[in-house]
Amino acid sequence: MSSECAVEFRHVCKRFQRHTGQLLLRSHLLKHLSQRKQIEPFYALKNVSFRMEPGESIAVIGSNGAGKSTLLSLLAGLVPPDSGTVQVNGRVAALLELGSGFHHDLTGAENVRLNAALLGISRRRMNHIFQAIVDFSELADFMDEPLRTYSAGMTMRLAFAVAVNVDPDILLIDEVLAVGDNSFQAKCFEKILDFRRQGKSIICVSHVAEMLRQLCDRAIWLDHGDVLLDGPIAEVTDSYYGRTQSR
Amino acid sequence: MVQNLILKDFRIRYRNMSLGVFWSLLNPLVMMGILWFVFTKILQSKIPNFGVFALCGLVPYNVFTTSWLTGTMSLVENATLIKRVAVPRELIPISIVLSNCIHMSAQILLLLLLVLATGHHVNRHWIWLLLIWPLEIIFVLGLALIFSSLNVYIRDVRYIVESANLVLFWLVPIFYDFSNIPAQYAEIVHYNPVAALVMASRTILLYDAAPAASLLLRLALSSSLMFCMGLLVFRRLRRGFYNYL
Repeated sequence: MSSECAVEFRHVCKRFQRHTGQLLLRSHLLKHLSQRKQIEPFYALKNVSFRMEPGESIAVIGSNGAGKSTLLSLLAGLVPPDSGTVQVNGRVAALLELGSGFHHDLTGAENVRLNAALLGISRRRMNHIFQAIVDFSELADFMDEPLRTYSAGMTMRLAFAVAVNVDPDILLIDEVLAVGDNSFQAKCFEKILDFRRQGKSIICVSHVAEMLRQLCDRAIWLDHGDVLLDGPIAEVTDSYYGRTQSR
Repeated sequence: MVQNLILKDFRIRYRNMSLGVFWSLLNPLVMMGILWFVFTKILQSKIPNFGVFALCGLVPYNVFTTSWLTGTMSLVENATLIKRVAVPRELIPISIVLSNCIHMSAQILLLLLLVLATGHHVNRHWIWLLLIWPLEIIFVLGLALIFSSLNVYIRDVRYIVESANLVLFWLVPIFYDFSNIPAQYAEIVHYNPVAALVMASRTILLYDAAPAASLLLRLALSSSLMFCMGLLVFRRLRRGFYNYL
């Protein structure tokens, strides 16, 4: 039964040590020499379980530090959970941070090729989809300019163009769409809806409720690492915004 | 993917250098000049063709130490890549070290050219170079895997590596001959892969002979051991990279 789902989290916990300033030799030595009290670990996710079918699109909402980004990192396979299992079926393309994996000294074209290679695209397929990426980003005139000359919006366009054109099964989007202009946002929307029609899955983190309502049909509300509510998008966003406004 | 990562490293490296490879040649040439001056004019060394003799030591030393150091810092410097893109983590130090080795191959070429310019000829033993250099690179890869992952947890590791490189400069027979080493230490030096590489290079390039089989065997042994250890340590420490970067 779990073989056909896109994503399954089973009792996933992820904790971080509070290790501010512990990256130096001195602090490591001090820690071992003085058997002082163990520092309490900080739980970013506590016993999170959910299942996602192919073609579903889920919004993850919650206040800052609720564990949204940690959840996406686990999903993208960037970090293993401390307990529980994360099962992901299919290729994941993650837009976690503006231009992650991009290098600002390389040109747009070089970054596109590098980024696609990092996502596991072969050289032959790369030649195939390169034009599609350039066309989608509408940045053909700037492809030979180094990335450091790009604006935030341009970087986002390029990153999004790569992510959607490598043909992922699951697309992760963390807040990045906010920097695009209206026409490009509309284009991204269209592409994402297209994605859903093809039976692919999307997980979206954002604070813009209107956008989430258009893109997603289900929402998970995280609060301090706990799943507070998991259900249809309208229901969850209503109670989420209802609560944040009543404060 | 390794190819792409190496390509990236290269493009970035040369975009910010107007003279490109020239800089990687200038340093050993200056060093060779100084050593030649000090050891032939001031200390009156009896070693013939001292400049090339020293370069035979300097080039392997340079390749080794810069690879070790850049490899050590590779994970911390590519922290964003590790935190945001699901690249197999091993590939980062490995591609950085390999790219550095390609970058340094200009120095190896310089060494070969100088050997030829000073009256030596290509001989059949040169073929051994194709064996000992890869062994050396495998050894450095192992070191880079270990030290890059340690450097994630303890950021002082790079300074330890820098000091170790300084010690190595004097322990590797760069400007003295292996025969100067007292017998009780000679055995240990054999296991030092940089020293082994230096000695083998000299035997091949300057004395037109094949390197000793025992030397090659030890080099192969220590290289493969170091690489396996590197992979083991890396796999163990990999889990915490995300938390500590």
